[in-house]
Amino acid sequence: MSKDNTLGEILRKQGVSRRGFLKFCAATASLMALPPGMAPVIAQALEKARRPSVIWLSFQECTGCTESLTRSYSPTVEGLIFDAISLDYHHTLMAASGTAAEAAREAAMEQSYGNYILVVDGSIPTRNAGFSTIAGVSNRDMLLDTARGAAAIVAVGTCAAFGGIPHANPNPTGAVSVSDLIKDKPIINVSGCPPIPVVITGVLAHFLTFGAIPDLDSHGRPVAFYGKSIHDRCYRRPFYDRGLFAESFDDEGAKSGWCLYKLGCKGPTTYNACATTKWNEGTSFPIESGHPCLGCSEPDFWDGGGFYKAISTPTEDIGRTAVYAIGGGAAAGLALGAINRAKRNKAEKEHEQVTIDDLEKGD
Amino acid sequence: MMTETQLLVWLRGPALQVAIAIFVVGVAVRLLEVLVLGRKADLAEARGSAVAGGMRTILMRSFPDRATLQRAAFTEITGYIFHIGFFVTLLFYAPHILLFNSALGISWPALPTPVIDATAVVTIITLVAVLIHRLTNRVMRFLSRFQDYLVWLLTILPVVTGYIAFHRIGVTPPILIAIHIISVELFLIVFPFTKLMHAFTLFMSRYYNGAIAGYRGVKS
Amino acid sequence: MSGLTNSEDLKVVPGEFLTGNVQPLLHEIRHAMGRLLDEGEATVIDLRSIPLAPGEEDRLLRELGRGEVAAHLSALGPSELVESRFPGVWIVTHYNSDSEVIGRFIEVCDMPGLLKAQQDDIRDGLAALEARLACSTDA
Repeated sequence: MSKDNTLGEILRKQGVSRRGFLKFCAATASLMALPPGMAPVIAQALEKARRPSVIWLSFQECTGCTESLTRSYSPTVEGLIFDAISLDYHHTLMAASGTAAEAAREAAMEQSYGNYILVVDGSIPTRNAGFSTIAGVSNRDMLLDTARGAAAIVAVGTCAAFGGIPHANPNPTGAVSVSDLIKDKPIINVSGCPPIPVVITGVLAHFLTFGAIPDLDSHGRPVAFYGKSIHDRCYRRPFYDRGLFAESFDDEGAKSGWCLYKLGCKGPTTYNACATTKWNEGTSFPIESGHPCLGCSEPDFWDGGGFYKAISTPTEDIGRTAVYAIGGGAAAGLALGAINRAKRNKAEKEHEQVTIDDLEKGD
Repeated sequence: MMTETQLLVWLRGPALQVAIAIFVVGVAVRLLEVLVLGRKADLAEARGSAVAGGMRTILMRSFPDRATLQRAAFTEITGYIFHIGFFVTLLFYAPHILLFNSALGISWPALPTPVIDATAVVTIITLVAVLIHRLTNRVMRFLSRFQDYLVWLLTILPVVTGYIAFHRIGVTPPILIAIHIISVELFLIVFPFTKLMHAFTLFMSRYYNGAIAGYRGVKS
Repeated sequence: MSGLTNSEDLKVVPGEFLTGNVQPLLHEIRHAMGRLLDEGEATVIDLRSIPLAPGEEDRLLRELGRGEVAAHLSALGPSELVESRFPGVWIVTHYNSDSEVIGRFIEVCDMPGLLKAQQDDIRDGLAALEARLACSTDA
């Protein structure tokens, strides 16, 4: 498909009727978390949009993000958006490999220099360039090289956005996020482990429609999807507000669908669209399936104090601290008390008098 | 630059350990300092039981007496309200009970969260009223020192920040929770160096007074 | 875990204290119907944007029921456009070709826009019919 055709022309050539196109726009508006009234705007914009070239680089990752995105491949909205973009390089998905694949990447870069979208999943190791390479090129070098001509970079998944699991204590590979290395390009962090597929395609759809990056929060995540915490949209919130908590995974509270705060839910401190957009085309999300939120779209969630420890509990052994403190305090107290006794006995012996200054001490 | 997650883990971990350590050491030192000094032996003949008098007084001074109530009704009543409110909010809110369970290994039933919510509001309003009284009443103003205002601030901050964190007003929730934890740790660290020690010394002073009277065979 | 032989035993039954999204949504639809009558203004509600508890969407759809019209659309996968038992309140569900739900809307209007034939499509249809007729006159 020629890159010069607009999206509207491409869809018509594929035999999509105008009605079908309008259905596509309605579903896309929903996918982008825009109000339904925006569908005509999207229709107008998509008709005139040109196919952007997309280069997808996979670094230190588990491929979960690509899996999440390619779950449903037949003409779904996600699939169509993929058809609408020109995915010129994805070394897991593409048929070619080795030097042929790398040649494809370089050709795409040259052809669309300054205009292509760079999608990255996986973190980048920095302790030793050899920890993760593609066709002999280290991740770091490939990222810096490919980023040069990118219009924008989408860091898909918590690994690319924040370092993810390789970055967790003790971070043996020196893993860093995309934004740790690239400072001069707009970066959109689509975090989550994995991110919700429609969020990924929603961001791409935003590019197609508006030709610009969406509004981002302080962590570089699109506000449309990451603007609210799970807690603020959780359907179990009434149970939290009333103080009805599940105490274990199989008690009556759990079976009645009560709040999972006590089981370690990180919903209050996590921002993502799981509670409204949900997973698997709106089927469910972890809390609805009975498991507390892990906080997977937040930086350092692996080291966040334990998945099954409630947010209000200490992350260290406080009991032991208290015992040591009592011991130390008792010792110090007895010692100081003994000194006080000695002072008092001495004062008595020497018939010291209490003065007004003594009384005003400590005022 | 620490992420919010790292900040919360640090506040719930090493920072809390330090705060608790300072609190426990401070309280232990201040109590032992006094206890080790001991009391002067009463050389008179015992007319009643010192211990019974002491224990009785510890209990009975928890209830108001008519004379004080008449002379300082505002202080007495608001005092009861905010002390009870403070302890109810601290001890009967489910997430707090989890914290105590984690540290002490014991647990107890919680009150419904809307009840705690209302209690927190009442406590905050009462504490504000107490401050206003301290500022506007001539005698109170004359007696008040910097420490009185400091202690008031340290006490109201956890309740207010807890309320805000629960209702999520303002900045991002992880920061609100962090602020709440910081306010509590501040309270713990400064506690042993201030009049807040009355929480522990009240038992000693009530006992001493009761024991002295009981020894002499009079009611305290 | 003792005695669990049936996955039905693990099923979560939402507690009696359910989130009350159904009632407010029905009120929103009521207001939209009022606007439609008074000002001719249509309203579209995206059900995906609302955090519904498990079973709530079903409850809502059951409340709305089915009315006189049920239309089936085949474009990029099937879609169902069903008038509820309240005329003017349509439930529009879009599926992809794997029968997965990709969008569900409640449209309060006299007719959902997708039911109307589109100008571009009519033009294409006219061209196709003219071509067909041209063929038959030749034969």
